[in-house]
Amino acid sequence: MNIVVCIKQVPDTTDVKINPETNTLIREGVESIINPFDAYAIEEGVRLKEKYGGTVNVLSMGPPQVDASLREAISLGADEAYLLTDRTFAGADTLATAYTLAAGIRKIGDVDIILMGRQAIDGDTGQVGPEVAENLDIPHVTDIRKIEQIDDQGSIYLERLLEEGYVRLKTKLPVVITVVKEINEPRLPSLKGKMLAKKKEINTWSAKDVEVNEKRLGLTGSPTQVVKIFTPPKPAGGKVFDGDIKDSVGKLLRELRASGILMGSEKGDE
Amino acid sequence: MNYFLTEEQQMIKELAAKIADEKIRPIAHEYDEKEEFPAEIVKVLGQADLYRVFIPEEYEGLGGGVFEMCLVVEELSRACGGIALAYAASGLGIIPIILFGTEEQKKKYLPKLASGEIIAAFALTEPDAGSDAGAIKTTAKPEGDSYIINGTKQWISNGGDASIYTVITLTDPSRGARGSSAILVDKGTPGFEFGKKEEKMGIRGNSTRELIFQDCKVPKTNLLAKEGMGFMVAMKTFDQSRPGVASQAIGIAQGALDEAVRYSTERHQFGKPISSFQAIQFMLADMATQIEAARALTLQVARSIDAGEKNVAKISSMTKVFASDVAMKVTTDAVQILGGYGYMREYPVEKMMRDAKITQIYEGTNQIQREVIGMNLIKETLRKKK
Ligand SMILES: Cc1cc2nc3c(=O)[nH]c(=O)nc-3n(C[C@H](O)[C@H](O)[C@H](O)COP(=O)(O)OP(=O)(O)OC[C@H]3O[C@@H](n4cnc5c(N)ncnc54)[C@H](O)[C@@H]3O)c2cc1C
Repeated sequence: MNIVVCIKQVPDTTDVKINPETNTLIREGVESIINPFDAYAIEEGVRLKEKYGGTVNVLSMGPPQVDASLREAISLGADEAYLLTDRTFAGADTLATAYTLAAGIRKIGDVDIILMGRQAIDGDTGQVGPEVAENLDIPHVTDIRKIEQIDDQGSIYLERLLEEGYVRLKTKLPVVITVVKEINEPRLPSLKGKMLAKKKEINTWSAKDVEVNEKRLGLTGSPTQVVKIFTPPKPAGGKVFDGDIKDSVGKLLRELRASGILMGSEKGDE
Repeated sequence: MNYFLTEEQQMIKELAAKIADEKIRPIAHEYDEKEEFPAEIVKVLGQADLYRVFIPEEYEGLGGGVFEMCLVVEELSRACGGIALAYAASGLGIIPIILFGTEEQKKKYLPKLASGEIIAAFALTEPDAGSDAGAIKTTAKPEGDSYIINGTKQWISNGGDASIYTVITLTDPSRGARGSSAILVDKGTPGFEFGKKEEKMGIRGNSTRELIFQDCKVPKTNLLAKEGMGFMVAMKTFDQSRPGVASQAIGIAQGALDEAVRYSTERHQFGKPISSFQAIQFMLADMATQIEAARALTLQVARSIDAGEKNVAKISSMTKVFASDVAMKVTTDAVQILGGYGYMREYPVEKMMRDAKITQIYEGTNQIQREVIGMNLIKETLRKKK
């Protein structure tokens, strides 16, 4: 089983702040962590390896400091680490990111399963997983809460989390799977793992090392434009309608209608 | 304070701290209430390789020593002194195997102990032999290739949960202490049963049990060192394990200080946080100073021991006496700072006070430690005079 786990380094959002003047994230002094959903993907990859044998490769696109997150993944049981880093990758939206990651996955080669977190906690789009699959022209399944089994015919049986309940599915390898946190409980690193991670060589690839069309990379390859980032103002004030329930509901409806928020007839309001 | 840890030691400390904060602290209260052994934590400690740190590399350890063990014990004890004992008391059982085990014994036990698959215990105390260890009555009668063990050990930490026990016996009762021998006994050996589980004041997250031997037959290859050297094995083991008890005490004290400082900034009386009162600040200052002094002494002694210093009984005893007295004082003051809340089981410091108490008692009471220190001082002086 050749497994790739794509991980993203993100700011620890519990203490992220937005600069009110520039409307950008203040990254200084904020610790970087592995995107929490990706930690479940790493754990699942390691468990699959423990069950079926094979290799767990972690892959990330980002600046050189992502090295630390890749080493952490090694300490958690991943075997090999790959970092796609290049100035031309910078400023990528989900489309350019997925395109670049797919090029990395192709270079790793012969991949059976690609695991990713359901979304990154900084961007919250949940798009990169499916986009990677499209780039590789393979199936994808999202929000997986359990990998039941993989059989000899290369079929994989999964449980996909729904808002209420779950659905069982079967698909063929190779496949992109995004996972939810119900899937497992990530282990803590071991000392041996940490020591290994310290010494491990991280494979670092620039744009020249992978087969890519430069126009589809980074800012150039990103149709998405971030116009503005802002903290939504807290809703203030508001009006309370209390007293007799029938009266107050009637008053509320009349007011909503008067202010044009609600349309339609008044019949049956009272 | 900077203790000049190597990168590897830093890693050990950080990982132990992470486990303490994320895995142990949230369940410490529950295990204390239920008085249950924390098997799930032993598993976590094993997976994290923490049992490996003081075991030689040849036996799947990471090759550290007393110093590394102390780093781990302190961090774990910060979250729960009782749960930390599943680690520390296994250390007490492992040390004699490292120091005196034959190649075969080491190969048989150390790798499994290093991985945390099994844990160990050490059994010296008996109903009528506490401080006066020479009064033990448990016998191991040589018979052909075996020893036949009879007797009862009392208050054995990890008792029942450990798989391998270093038991101090008399192979030749006529020679008293000189006829004592340390013998390894596996759990499950016929004639080896566990007696009652004690109900305790503190460290309730550890099992303390009686070991009962009735015609328990073990092969002579289970002997550690030589016949007649049982007490020497015990004393050399304590030389190395007492800094571990000191670190347990320091960890408990540090946990109490952390709670006290936090609480003092949150609790308001007379319209101010109580931390603004000098009476509270001075208490906190003394607590912090004593803890740091205890830590500095303990880690430096651990380094000396690992560096192969001879005759370490005195300095090893100093760590335990000093750190355990500090822990008792600091935890008592922490309860004082939390006032009535400190006295309530809902808050963590009363447990810390209960847990701290044992560190003044086991592995030799503090009276006995002071006697060891005093005797050594006198011996050293007399030696100089000659
Ligand atoms: C929770 C717990 C866990 C334990 N775990 C283990 C274990 O894993 N393995 C093991 O072998 N033992 C263990 N013990 C036993 C422990 O080491 C003994 O309790 C300890 O050595 C003291 O012995 P004692 O309780 O019989 O006290 P005693 O020896 O009866 O002492 C009573 C009092 O007299 C004082 N005293 C005794 N002799 C002298 C003297 N000569 N001079 C001055 N004062 C003296 C003592 O300091 C103490 O204050 C454990 C005990 C407890 C409570």
